[in-house]
Amino acid sequence: MIEIRNLSKEFQTADGTVEALKGVNLTIQDGDIYGIIGMSGAGKSTLVRCINMLERPTEGQVLIDGEDIGALPMAGLRKIRREITMIFQGFNLLMQRTCLKNICFPLELAGVSKADAKKRAMELLEIVGLPDKANAYPAQLSGGQQQRIAIARALATDPKVLLCDEATSALDPKTTHSILELIRDINRRLGISVIIITHQMSVVEEICSRVAILDEGRVVEEGLVSEIFSSPKSKAAKRLVFPEGADEILLETKGERRIRVVFSGAVASREPLIAKMAMEEQIAASILGASTRSIGDKAYGNMLLGINGDDATVRRAMEYLRSIPDVLVEEVTDHV
Amino acid sequence: MFDKLFAQETIEETLRIVQNEFPLGIWETVYVTIIATAIAIAIGLPLGVLLVAGEKNGVLPLPKGVMQVLNVVINLLRSVPFLILMIMVFPLSRLIVGTTVGTVASIVPLVIASFPFVARLVESSLREVNPNIIEMAQSMGASPLQIIMKVMIPESVPSLLSNFTIAITTILGYSAMSGAIGGGGLGKIAISYGYNRYKYLVMLLAVILLVILVQIFQSVGTRLAVKSDKRLKGR
Repeated sequence: MIEIRNLSKEFQTADGTVEALKGVNLTIQDGDIYGIIGMSGAGKSTLVRCINMLERPTEGQVLIDGEDIGALPMAGLRKIRREITMIFQGFNLLMQRTCLKNICFPLELAGVSKADAKKRAMELLEIVGLPDKANAYPAQLSGGQQQRIAIARALATDPKVLLCDEATSALDPKTTHSILELIRDINRRLGISVIIITHQMSVVEEICSRVAILDEGRVVEEGLVSEIFSSPKSKAAKRLVFPEGADEILLETKGERRIRVVFSGAVASREPLIAKMAMEEQIAASILGASTRSIGDKAYGNMLLGINGDDATVRRAMEYLRSIPDVLVEEVTDHV
Repeated sequence: MFDKLFAQETIEETLRIVQNEFPLGIWETVYVTIIATAIAIAIGLPLGVLLVAGEKNGVLPLPKGVMQVLNVVINLLRSVPFLILMIMVFPLSRLIVGTTVGTVASIVPLVIASFPFVARLVESSLREVNPNIIEMAQSMGASPLQIIMKVMIPESVPSLLSNFTIAITTILGYSAMSGAIGGGGLGKIAISYGYNRYKYLVMLLAVILLVILVQIFQSVGTRLAVKSDKRLKGR
């Protein structure tokens, strides 16, 4: 378990003191995939760097399984960093080493013998699906492949926690999806907690179970992803859930019942969902806002439907939509 | 002065000098250059590492005073013209080698003149290393020494090799200059025949050989640098 307690970080710049984090409190349970989302400049990168003390917080503590890692001596901190490894937006592979040697790198640091390190690295190449790239150099790989090597390297020391700092931001949607699948797979198979820092709501909705929304150095909202999706309360959360300003449309459509449909990998792209609902159930729905993407033949994202009708109609519509696999349906009530 | 440059007797005399003196001259120039470069790198590399790692935001921050002294010493040595520096280090040459004259004795001033230059070259190579990669190493629990030995130096090998090539060609030039005040090699031949005895053809040939040596060092160095760079093996 990771507990972040009252964490603050100030930077001294030429223009004075900048408060990057202001009293952040978060608890991340073992085995979670936890999202930390915010616009650029919200303090996400600083927060993730405070979790492994790459940045020393000005105030507050980070407890890993109850241990205050800020109070550890340097040698102890280096040891604990093997248990909280990190992947980055820019992959940060060693360009003059082969993929195999890159994965061996953290093991070399930890003093593991060469033969054992190599054996472990080969296993990890297998896990990330690139067993044939052992002797390739990073420059010969695509971005997605480089990130897979970086993930293998981050797993080499059997960490408890994997920190992902905008790990998919440099990748195209399809590659992003496959990297997120890999991270989910690792989380399930190896039981490693994952903290995902991102500015993309799509990443959070695809993979995270809980999310914290960071705005101007503060956590403005925290909870289950489905909760925050169906009823974002803070301004920052609304901005992230409705990136195109769909909430402004909402304000004008009074009297209408609203349903949020969240696609998390539903095979929906081929089905004319709304048209079918109109035909089969005679329910007319208008699309108030949508932010969906198709990756392969699967749909991700969310859609806000407006329905004119009584409770029974709305219930029927929700039941109809729920019958489709991998679709979450919620009525939006406490919005506005 | 060049009117009898290619006269029959000049050519015959020159050929004789070439046969008698040049093999040793080439050998002396090559080995002085290589040994002086090797020692200059042995001293300059760690200093260059300190210049980068010892900074306030470096991986191994050193006290500000230490960094200032280091910088001042390097700049001081770099600002003294080589010919004058050579004379100034005569006492040191005598202390180390026992004499101030000869090929071996010239290694001392060559090293003194070139290690600060090498340190600056190393500094610039190491600054090219992506700071995100250093952060990555820190995030994996690397110690400062591990970051220097396993990240900073290996990642800048191609750049270091091209900079060491610059160093070796510069030191070759210095070694020729040392011929003016007691050093051996092709420089001495060019100066003693061309300047002191008006045998310009000999000087010309010595200079051509120096040019060829520079070309060889440069192209071998460039080839090694390119070959070592794994970033260029992309598609």
